[in-house]
Amino acid sequence: MKYLYYPGCSPETSALPYDMSAREVAKALGFELEELEDWNCCGATSYISFKDLLASAVTARNLAIAEKAGAENIVAICSACYLGLVKANNITAKDPEWKEKINKALGAAGLEYHGTVKVRHFLEVIVKDIGLDAVREKVTKPLTNITVASYSGCQLSRPYGDIDDEEFPEMMDELMGALGAKVAHFPQKGKCCGGMLMSTVPDVALKLNKNILLCAEENGADCISTCCPLCQMNLEGYQGTINNKFGTRFNVPVLYFTQLMGLAFGIPAEKLGISRNLASCRPVVVKVG
Amino acid sequence: MPRIGVFICHCGINIEKTVDTAKVAEAARSFPGVVFAADYKYMCSDPGQNMILDAIREYNLDRIVVGACSPSLHEPTFQACVAKADLNPYFFEMANLREQVSWVTHDREMATEKAIQAVRMAVAKAGKSEPLASQSLPITKKALVIGGGISGIQAALDIAEAGFPVILVEREPSIGGRMAQLDKTFPTLDCSACILTPKMVEAARNPNITIHTYAEVENVAGFIGNFEVTIRKKARSIDMSKCTGCGVCYEKCPVKVPNKFEEGTGERKAIYVPFPQAVPNKPVIDREVCLHFTKGKCGICAKMCPAEAVVYNQEDEVITEKVGAIIVATGFDLFDTKRYEEYAGGAHPDMITSLQFERLINASGPTQGKLRRPSDGKEPETIVFIQCVGSRDDKMGRPYCSRICCMYTAKQTILVREKFPNARIFVFFMDIRTAGKNYEEFCRRAIEDYNAEYIRGRVSKIYPSGDKLIVEGSDTILGRPVEIAADLVVLAAGAEARADAKDLARMLGIQTDQYNFFSEAHAKLRPVETMTGGIFLAGACQFPRDIPDCVASASASAAKALALFGKPELASLPTVAKVDESRCSGCMACLSVCPYSAVTMEEVKNKSGGIREVARVNPGVCQGCGACAAACNAGVIDLLGYTNEQIACQVDAALL
Repeated sequence: MKYLYYPGCSPETSALPYDMSAREVAKALGFELEELEDWNCCGATSYISFKDLLASAVTARNLAIAEKAGAENIVAICSACYLGLVKANNITAKDPEWKEKINKALGAAGLEYHGTVKVRHFLEVIVKDIGLDAVREKVTKPLTNITVASYSGCQLSRPYGDIDDEEFPEMMDELMGALGAKVAHFPQKGKCCGGMLMSTVPDVALKLNKNILLCAEENGADCISTCCPLCQMNLEGYQGTINNKFGTRFNVPVLYFTQLMGLAFGIPAEKLGISRNLASCRPVVVKVG
Repeated sequence: MPRIGVFICHCGINIEKTVDTAKVAEAARSFPGVVFAADYKYMCSDPGQNMILDAIREYNLDRIVVGACSPSLHEPTFQACVAKADLNPYFFEMANLREQVSWVTHDREMATEKAIQAVRMAVAKAGKSEPLASQSLPITKKALVIGGGISGIQAALDIAEAGFPVILVEREPSIGGRMAQLDKTFPTLDCSACILTPKMVEAARNPNITIHTYAEVENVAGFIGNFEVTIRKKARSIDMSKCTGCGVCYEKCPVKVPNKFEEGTGERKAIYVPFPQAVPNKPVIDREVCLHFTKGKCGICAKMCPAEAVVYNQEDEVITEKVGAIIVATGFDLFDTKRYEEYAGGAHPDMITSLQFERLINASGPTQGKLRRPSDGKEPETIVFIQCVGSRDDKMGRPYCSRICCMYTAKQTILVREKFPNARIFVFFMDIRTAGKNYEEFCRRAIEDYNAEYIRGRVSKIYPSGDKLIVEGSDTILGRPVEIAADLVVLAAGAEARADAKDLARMLGIQTDQYNFFSEAHAKLRPVETMTGGIFLAGACQFPRDIPDCVASASASAAKALALFGKPELASLPTVAKVDESRCSGCMACLSVCPYSAVTMEEVKNKSGGIREVARVNPGVCQGCGACAAACNAGVIDLLGYTNEQIACQVDAALL
């Protein structure tokens, strides 16, 4: 089985461990992530806020290539990429006028998009297509000793709420449960991490991240699991800044859910890029055994 | 050949603006049998009716067709008008040119064409009409009230006061309803129980009122003035005639379960009286949790009872009653606040509903009125009230305003302030809606004198941190995010229809709206009547209502029932089904489709002396729905006023 894979910019660079672990996990579950030919940046949240039509056209280019390749699905691992592609898909489906304009732009590159490709998040593919039973079968080192705060963030389920609950997402909880982990009660799991605000209005973003980390800590989590590179970076990379600002003493490992899957499947830590994470994941790796 | 007069109404501009009424009248003059046609601004007005009467005399008319609004609005008006001219009221025919023509389009040309067609059909039908007469029917002058909350109690008292017997059916073990759960009432802060219990006792003592608690209406048959209701009195496992209400049974019972009356904030035993002032003040055994019924053990209550009133093998009793009017007063359910995932599904013990708050601050509640955090029993220092939880929220399928929450929240802030002078009290609101006598003043008092801090905005998230609940929201007046560390959060849950309202509506043959509240016959002019004769609505089963409104609607529905009981007898419906027995084959297809059990099988003698079976319709029971006429294979059942021949003529006229 093959899925057409849209890696996105972050997983090629800062979030390389996400890309590495996602490919490993897919391999272990018996399917392949086939990279989309000549893909381009999704535009993330910034572009669409400034020039929505242009941003949608740029994003739709990826969908057009995927459609041309005859793909039914396009799978993203980054929540921002996922949402960007979904938005482009929705715009072309619901607004014929915009669809025409987008196709005019794509036409310059000899492309056209009809709207037949379905955008999927890798987490959703694992839970809904592959299934938790198949996941359970592959678990060789159940995560029995660790308590995970599964953090879905906002872009996975908002604004559309079509693959998970908008306010209280549960897909990742189910997956972590299937890996044998204890799932922490984690009311902050759908709250925004601040995203790009970390570079523009850091006061707001730092507070949001402090709340999330505090909530995980208070509920006894050994680590936080994420499904988005930006969430991961904000939560992990700014713990020092947060500690300085708020007088806290956070030192929480923040892993991609694919890394935790890989550990449970018995895949060696180096293949999952675990050493590349900023906060030390050693306590987690040791507890898994 | 009939002599038909046609009158086209402008309905002010309601019809005239989209229908060329003069042209319709002109066209009508050419229809077969029409000897007079005219149009006029308001046919229903006195001059309009006089115009009909004059024309009847002048042109010797014997059939009248009016093209105007819907028959449900003005058919009785025009029938009375033609009766004045000594014509049979059923020689009158109505074409609906408003709801079915002018109000549904802006296209004047097409509307005029459709109006002409509708009038042509009505003329064709009127030409075939026969005189019809009603028979007189007796009225059972006894009322059934379903639901023993404040609305049901008030309606029952009003009817009983007028001297007519009432049966009051309540499914809980005690009457009292929601009002019995409340602490104080707005806008005067009287204690709810203090003003309710005298009414409960009065209802119990009134010789004209028979109360069946722990009972449910199981079936309703018949029609206005002549209903037959089946009531299931669930087995209480108590001999009511022996029980003295001493209470030793529930003192000794070893089983504890959450008390529904306390909204889960307190416990009760397996044998219990839901609250101290219950009427009747006699216990009931919850067989689902009682050890005697679940495990075949225990039996302590029976052993301890000095009156030997515990009867484990008591069975449900099913009784039937004949009544003339039914008042539905089944109340409301509370919106399930767990549906708000952003409030963590209401899962935290210190996040309570407004009704749980009422119990926790009530002197007869589980904490004896000491308001404490359910999680650790500490005194709350910061309390956040959130309004519109399950009201005015399209996403939750509850776009309507629940009407009671603004006032009860204001009341609850005052109750908190009286107990905790130094607490901080916040209220998140969307708009403050306090329309009512002394209501706005009351709410201002909560804000100004009792220092409740009102914040306009919604709450986006509530989550626990430490021993606090963090409430994140926005202050849309200051345009700033707000974050409050609260000890207690009270969700002002909206009111919604009873979960089983739809089933009751089906049983009674009444309508519900899109939210399953029961529908009134007319939103403005018939607010307590249903579309089914003899069935009236009281209280919050119709729409969220506060106590004064419930009591007012209850008295209104009682007045409607009494108006019915004031008549010596009822006129039966003339438009009933009739079987041509000479041509009936006795297949009885009609019997199986009749929803009113009006069709019976009868034996008749042939000319040759042989006996055969035929269908017969009881005109006193028939409601004129026409199902039998449609089901009759041989076409020998006619619905009078809508005979097969009349319908065929209408169809021909439509296709012309």
